Amino acid sequence: MPAAAREGALELAGLSRHYGEREALGGVSLSLQKGQTLVVFGPNGAGKTTLLRVLATLLRPHAGSVRVLGSELPREAWAVRARLGLLGHEPLLYRQLTARENLRYHARLHGVDERRVEELLELVAMDGRSSEPLRTLSRGMVQRVAVARAVLHDPELLLLDEPHANLDPAAVELVAPLIGAGGDPGGRRTRVICSHDPSRGLAEADLVLGLRGGRQALLREARDVRLEEIEELYR
Amino acid sequence: MRHTVGALLRKELLVEIRTLESVPGMSLFALTTFVVFHFALNRNVVEGDLAAGILWVTLLFAAILGVNRLFVADAEEGGFDGFLLAPVDRTAMLVAKALTLLLYMLVLELVAVPAFALLLLGPPLGQALPGLIAVLALADVGVAAIGTLVAALAVQTRARDLFGPLLALPLLVPIVIGAARASSPVLAGAHHGGPPARWMLTLGLYDLVFGLIAYALFDFLLED
Amino acid sequence: MYGKGLRALSISTVAVMTAALALVFFYAPLEAEQGFLQKIFYVHVPLAIVALGGFVAGGIMAIQHLRTRDPRWDMRSYVAIHMGLIFGLGALITGSIWAKGSWGHWWVWDEPTLVSFLIVFLLYATYQPLRFAIEDPERQARYASVFAVTAGAFVPLNFIAVRMSTAYVHPRVLGGTSNLPGPMALTFAVSLIAIALLYVTLYKYELTAKHARAQLRALRRRLLGEDAAARPVRRGRSAAPASLHPAAMMTARARAEDGI
Repeated sequence: MPAAAREGALELAGLSRHYGEREALGGVSLSLQKGQTLVVFGPNGAGKTTLLRVLATLLRPHAGSVRVLGSELPREAWAVRARLGLLGHEPLLYRQLTARENLRYHARLHGVDERRVEELLELVAMDGRSSEPLRTLSRGMVQRVAVARAVLHDPELLLLDEPHANLDPAAVELVAPLIGAGGDPGGRRTRVICSHDPSRGLAEADLVLGLRGGRQALLREARDVRLEEIEELYR
Repeated sequence: MRHTVGALLRKELLVEIRTLESVPGMSLFALTTFVVFHFALNRNVVEGDLAAGILWVTLLFAAILGVNRLFVADAEEGGFDGFLLAPVDRTAMLVAKALTLLLYMLVLELVAVPAFALLLLGPPLGQALPGLIAVLALADVGVAAIGTLVAALAVQTRARDLFGPLLALPLLVPIVIGAARASSPVLAGAHHGGPPARWMLTLGLYDLVFGLIAYALFDFLLED
Repeated sequence: MYGKGLRALSISTVAVMTAALALVFFYAPLEAEQGFLQKIFYVHVPLAIVALGGFVAGGIMAIQHLRTRDPRWDMRSYVAIHMGLIFGLGALITGSIWAKGSWGHWWVWDEPTLVSFLIVFLLYATYQPLRFAIEDPERQARYASVFAVTAGAFVPLNFIAVRMSTAYVHPRVLGGTSNLPGPMALTFAVSLIAIALLYVTLYKYELTAKHARAQLRALRRRLLGEDAAARPVRRGRSAAPASLHPAAMMTARARAEDGI
């Protein structure tokens, strides 16, 4: 594989972030290649969501260095926003607006053609209910629209926070191609997934990061990690 | 930038049309307040200073209602994150929100000013209208700029409905001074002069300074 | 670092204040109309001027905080505004006493300086509640700074607007410090310096106290772990910024892990 194609997707060195006097993230360091999937495990409050939000450029790092897709944060955050997508706990959608209106709004913000909105509505099987306000829809449906929002602009880097929450098995299968790694090794999407499901998470991972109390408790290639080690984190 | 402001504005107006949370409340509040003033002051007609005062106090408090609701939908439904993830100039949100508030004020005044003329104003409004519109326009711009900045500050606090007025009212005092002094001769019975240039200039300068301040500071409220 | 020069400052403050008091009581002539009560002017006006200066200084420090994100600037801004608020309250009270003595009312609207000061005071009175109402410490500091800058810019503009609104109604009494006769002018100048020094001294005292408390918290955290430091050194919550050097504290912790 030529060197350029193996450019790091993520380069973290001593990434730290505090909340007042409490340490939310303490010195996280790792390297992730493009096309790889990093899965982050850890109990609640371990810093998974904080890490994801820092990578999403929503939070600034307080110490250490962060490079996402070659851009240093926070200085060059503006340059990388178009290339990443976030699917967090919140759907980031307006409940009073319809699925179509929400997606069109995001499409305009990202400079994406409106036809892509229709495309995605079909892909998440929401084209039938696309003209109803989101507050009338079930959580599972809203989550599907949220997935559509996250991948609307075809991001190179996907940041997923427990993406399968609120989704029934049929929906999980439906969105799998959208948020999956996809494609051949050359064109695979880089992903960072926060997961509470050790077996599924491990299955999807190339690299595993375990966080506890904001600190790096485990960092290894997925094939070298045993399920018990992940479960250990939660004890 | 223009494109982003357009997208934001469309979203704002769409949400408002769907929920009707701001404009009807502001307008109704203004009408009710005129009635309250009638009883509180025990007057059937007012003119000059008193008229200007009643009109501006009412418009101001109605505006505060709009200010309080301005960022609530975004704060509660993750609208900030959605916007912050987009590759756009963040100041577009300030411009879009200020334009939204301005629009709300215009609709409010379309209702409140005729109602005021009907219910309380002594002298006929006809000749005074152009002058009054000029004052309204200048004052509204200032209210929009300061209101948006204050709304963004207040929405992140625990008692956001309280901080909106607490922060906005002192900052809007110079606008009240300017607007009331400017419209007082306009609303006077006998002499229909235009609004005094001195006060129009004051309003304009205040708008400019705080518009610039809001522009410079807004980004700091969005980032984390 | 913060405590240096505090003693010299305190001594000079006491000295100048004594001089000012002496001048006020023994040197400045009795004003014809208002009599002895007029002497409160030497306290009221300097208090107001210094308070306003403190607010504006707080605004400038807030700009620095926004630019550098250094929490020390936020601390300075907070203390400057806090002190300004206390001196401002003093200005309002003495102003009211003076109004009662001179015009027979506890409050007068004809005095634009007093009126605009009231508005400014009402605005800054929301500073601490605002800080208190925002949980996230970084956001709290940032929002407080935005407020401080806005309010700091507001101070002169508001003063101009209010002055304009009363300009042609009543003659102003306070503005004409340049019209003061010699002895009064000297007394006024010394009083102003005294109050300004008092402000700076109290400012430094509060800043030093806060810094010491922040260091104490950091030390407890380092030695006793996260939970111990979470217990507040002082009961009750405070609107004041609590931590000064988060980055320094983190490296301190890292050092502690390695060394101890």
